[in-house]
Amino acid sequence: MLGLTKKDFTLFVVVIVMVALAPFLLNPFPQGSSLAQMFNAGYPDLMQRFVIFGILVIGFNILFGLTGYLSFGHAAFLGVGSYSAVWMFKLLGMNVIPGILLSMVVAGIFALAIGYVSLRRSGIYFSILTLAFAQMSYNLAYSVLGNPSSNFNLTNGETGLQLLLTDPRILGQSTTPDGSLPVTNFFGIAMRDSYELRLGDWLFTFNAGYYLCGIIMLISFYISIRIFRSPFGMMLRAVKSNQQRMNYTGLNTKPYTLAAFVISGVYAGLAGGLLSSMDPLAGAERMHWTASGEIVIMAILGGVGTLIGPILGAGFNEYFKNILSKINDSVLHQWLGFLPDGIEDFLVTIIHPFVGKGWHLTLGLLFMIVIIFLPGGLVEGGKRLGGMITGRTRRSAKAEAKQRNHPAE
Amino acid sequence: MGILEVKNVNKRFGGLQALGDVNLSIAEHSVHAIIGPNGAGKSTLLNCLVGKLMPDTGSVLFDGQSVLGRKPYQINQMGISRVFQTPEIFGDLSVLENMMIPCFAKRDGSFGLNAMTNMLKDREIVERAEHMLEEMNMADKRHMHSASLSRGDKRRLEIGMCLSQEPRLLLLDEPTAGMARADTNNTIDLLKQIRDQRDITIVIIEHDMHVVFSLAERITVLAQGTPLVEDTPDKIKGHPKVREAYLGETQAA
Repeated sequence: MLGLTKKDFTLFVVVIVMVALAPFLLNPFPQGSSLAQMFNAGYPDLMQRFVIFGILVIGFNILFGLTGYLSFGHAAFLGVGSYSAVWMFKLLGMNVIPGILLSMVVAGIFALAIGYVSLRRSGIYFSILTLAFAQMSYNLAYSVLGNPSSNFNLTNGETGLQLLLTDPRILGQSTTPDGSLPVTNFFGIAMRDSYELRLGDWLFTFNAGYYLCGIIMLISFYISIRIFRSPFGMMLRAVKSNQQRMNYTGLNTKPYTLAAFVISGVYAGLAGGLLSSMDPLAGAERMHWTASGEIVIMAILGGVGTLIGPILGAGFNEYFKNILSKINDSVLHQWLGFLPDGIEDFLVTIIHPFVGKGWHLTLGLLFMIVIIFLPGGLVEGGKRLGGMITGRTRRSAKAEAKQRNHPAE
Repeated sequence: MGILEVKNVNKRFGGLQALGDVNLSIAEHSVHAIIGPNGAGKSTLLNCLVGKLMPDTGSVLFDGQSVLGRKPYQINQMGISRVFQTPEIFGDLSVLENMMIPCFAKRDGSFGLNAMTNMLKDREIVERAEHMLEEMNMADKRHMHSASLSRGDKRRLEIGMCLSQEPRLLLLDEPTAGMARADTNNTIDLLKQIRDQRDITIVIIEHDMHVVFSLAERITVLAQGTPLVEDTPDKIKGHPKVREAYLGETQAA
């Protein structure tokens, strides 16, 4: 089906269903309950982030998962894409399509230039080079190209690039009749338009922007499956496995790695363009090295080199980031209220650094746990669970994994 | 003129003259062995032939064309395949995939952006790869992870990968190094079979005299970077200079 094997097609259908039903799946608790406030994730803003970061990590996985080249500067392409899209909204009009297309093109050109230089080295040197380029881009965006008083203000520095009432928007309108900023739309469907469905105590939100991003993510995912199963994908895995043998088999590794780098850069640019399409504001912090690090973390969390891993990793990361940063001391007191006062205060003091503003700490710990116990990420976790259910003992799975890692000589 | 002509090749690493005025002519459809004690420059010479090293002076002509200054993948596309001392295969890939990669390289050249077709649906390539696996007696292992093959099987796979490209010249760098006797004999049989059945020239660098004398038609003895003698195996066995430089040592030991 669709040029996919049966197994891949099943996986694709599962992802389609998940994306389509996400507003239900992510809202398991009735509206207004305290659990809903904390754990429901079915609101447009967060769902959009799930799929957009999904796209970003799917693209990153084509580079890192297949070729093994660890780019530590992918946020640069995300940022470049964001700025490009906002410029389209400023100059051309509020339809998201030109913005998304331009963000992919510009990010692709960026990736070609950065990749051409960085891919002269491999391993840690490659990572450092990409990191250096990303930080250069960040600093350019933050100060050099973003001085509001200069004539060449590309990024608007610290404030971030935003829409103004005075923007030309030659194909659209500078301001709406009531004097406010126009909103981003897809041929008339505003991105922030939502349809709300009330079923008993439950409230489900179906957001136009989310579904646009969702469809684009499904297309991206489909393309990534095709790449994984193609001769090109096999060559990329060969690059990771043994470059020496590749060279002596008449294959030039350079264009392969560069193509993978550009493809993943275009994916990142697309994600950036979509972020701006959902909320037309682009800031330099999207290019910061911590953002690049987060992409790596999401990929590893999900399972590097697997098809579904990137989506799981992005979802996991965004979801826990969201929950953990919402928990504050008063929520903790509410949860632990059944304990004697002394113990309650003590526990709140202990947990306090791990939640709210300290969400990095918990996520870091979760990341460490996954790395140590599930080197293959959440996908490996799922496989082990599946193995336990179908009766294959954990030991045999482990032995198999061991054999894979340490071949018998 | 031979298929491979090495003329006045010199290579110096700092103060060490690794190769000094090497002249070598390899006749087409022959098996030519290069032997010599450790440090004689055998591997350096081989690396000069495949583009890994650039000689300081001299020329290397393959079928009348210079290989110097070309990248390893370009030289391979000219028709020279190389087997390494430790088998170099794609350990993360399955045996079948390992065999498919050289088939793609042979058909599609050094780069192809063939990203939207399913590789297993490419009948031509899959059939060629499976045919080659059968020839190597490895068809039953096609779905195995290649890193988990035995040393001997890895060697067979590597040789098969090289042959699937139908090279005109096959370079083997100590193909039986570190192998048990049984595996060594299997490899000798395989190489004999290749020599007899294929339209190919083989250059073999080897330490193991048993391998050399059972395969080679001509032998070049290299010592301290210079060819000492070149002759048939029988004459090499009795040559006094060779005994002194090489075989003498092993006999004394």
